[in-house]
Amino acid sequence: MLKIRKNIAISDSGFVFDPLSGESFALNPMGLEIIQLIKNGLTHQELSEAILGKYEVDGETFDRYFYDFIATLKQFNLLEEDTNG
Amino acid sequence: MAKFTIALSGLNNIDSPGPGVPVIRGIRDSKILDAKIIGLAYENLEPGAYMHDLVDKTYKVPYPSDGVETLLERLRYIHEKEKIDVLIPNFDSELFTFMKSEKVLQEMGINTFLPTLKQFEERHKSNLPEYGEKYGVKVPYSEPITSVQDFRDHMEKFELPVVVKGKFYDAFIAYDLDQLSMYFNKIASKWGLPIVIQEFVRGTEVNVVALGDGKGNTVGAVPMRKTYITDKGKAWGGITLEDPTMMELTDKIISQTQWRGGMELELIRTDKNELYLIEINPRLPAWVYLAVAAGQNLPEALVRLALGEEVQPFQGYATGKMFIRYSYDMITDLNEFEKLSTKGEL
Repeated sequence: MLKIRKNIAISDSGFVFDPLSGESFALNPMGLEIIQLIKNGLTHQELSEAILGKYEVDGETFDRYFYDFIATLKQFNLLEEDTNG
Repeated sequence: MAKFTIALSGLNNIDSPGPGVPVIRGIRDSKILDAKIIGLAYENLEPGAYMHDLVDKTYKVPYPSDGVETLLERLRYIHEKEKIDVLIPNFDSELFTFMKSEKVLQEMGINTFLPTLKQFEERHKSNLPEYGEKYGVKVPYSEPITSVQDFRDHMEKFELPVVVKGKFYDAFIAYDLDQLSMYFNKIASKWGLPIVIQEFVRGTEVNVVALGDGKGNTVGAVPMRKTYITDKGKAWGGITLEDPTMMELTDKIISQTQWRGGMELELIRTDKNELYLIEINPRLPAWVYLAVAAGQNLPEALVRLALGEEVQPFQGYATGKMFIRYSYDMITDLNEFEKLSTKGEL
């Protein structure tokens, strides 16, 4: 299951701060929503259902953007190391 | 609140700032110390001398290169007038002289809290590889050289680019022999020999400000990443980090060396998350006020240790606290400048 590293601070406005590296990032509203769903412990299947039910997007398109987003989170070291997407 | 007179140097709050002014800000923030601050200035235009809300009185002092006796003579005069309780030297280049004079100063009634000569010597840039080996710390490979030819003789041990470093200050990255030669001459003419050639480690520059009690305990330590670096390599902005590895490394160095006094660890974190120690500065750095703002008033603790008090180690600090340095045109009158430059007092 995907897990955001536990000391990562995420504000309501989508501002992300990594206290280990000192780096900060800005999420757009969609990114923030997805990160919040990940933090709430949703599996990929549950997360996908939640987004597809709420927005006009097909599963394939969602998956493409979702995995791209997850790769970015990994690249910036924001996910727990044992996380597998 | 107990009243003390504290003398300190490093009032050059310029683009490559000395730690004097931020150390004073920490002392001024103290709820325990009521301090009279005596500034010790080497130059007439050190801004701190004119900051009367921070510095109560400033005296010009001779350069350490003028000799120990000349400096002590001046300090005796200042002490006679001011009754200094604690002296905090803030320049690397003057530390040797003050460490050598520690006993004489103590006999005069002036307390210091400095590293020992052994601690000071072994962490020199030119001794860093031995230091790394002795204390089990990763350091980049380096060689002290006294001529460019020396480097040519050792060239097979290096891969370009390399970092060309001065004995006390300055560091430049050289990508070829021409640049190396240029930086060699530039630094040698300013700070003398040897020049240290250091392996260039790619990564993010991170630093720790720390205070050791001389018995192997870390009184306080705050890690920081430079978020904005000037062309002189100085931090113009920084942010406190939560990094257990950096704290462990700091504790390890302080406990193994029984470090006494303030220190700054300059580290590079590589992409593989390895920490390389590139320098140990034997004093509090110019960004120490960030530590004060994050909850560790290290200048206050340093003064208390110098006074012989027991200081409990700090527990924690605020992560994500930032500093942004700025420049500001302070206005002063000619007669202020005149006083300092002619009478040596302001």
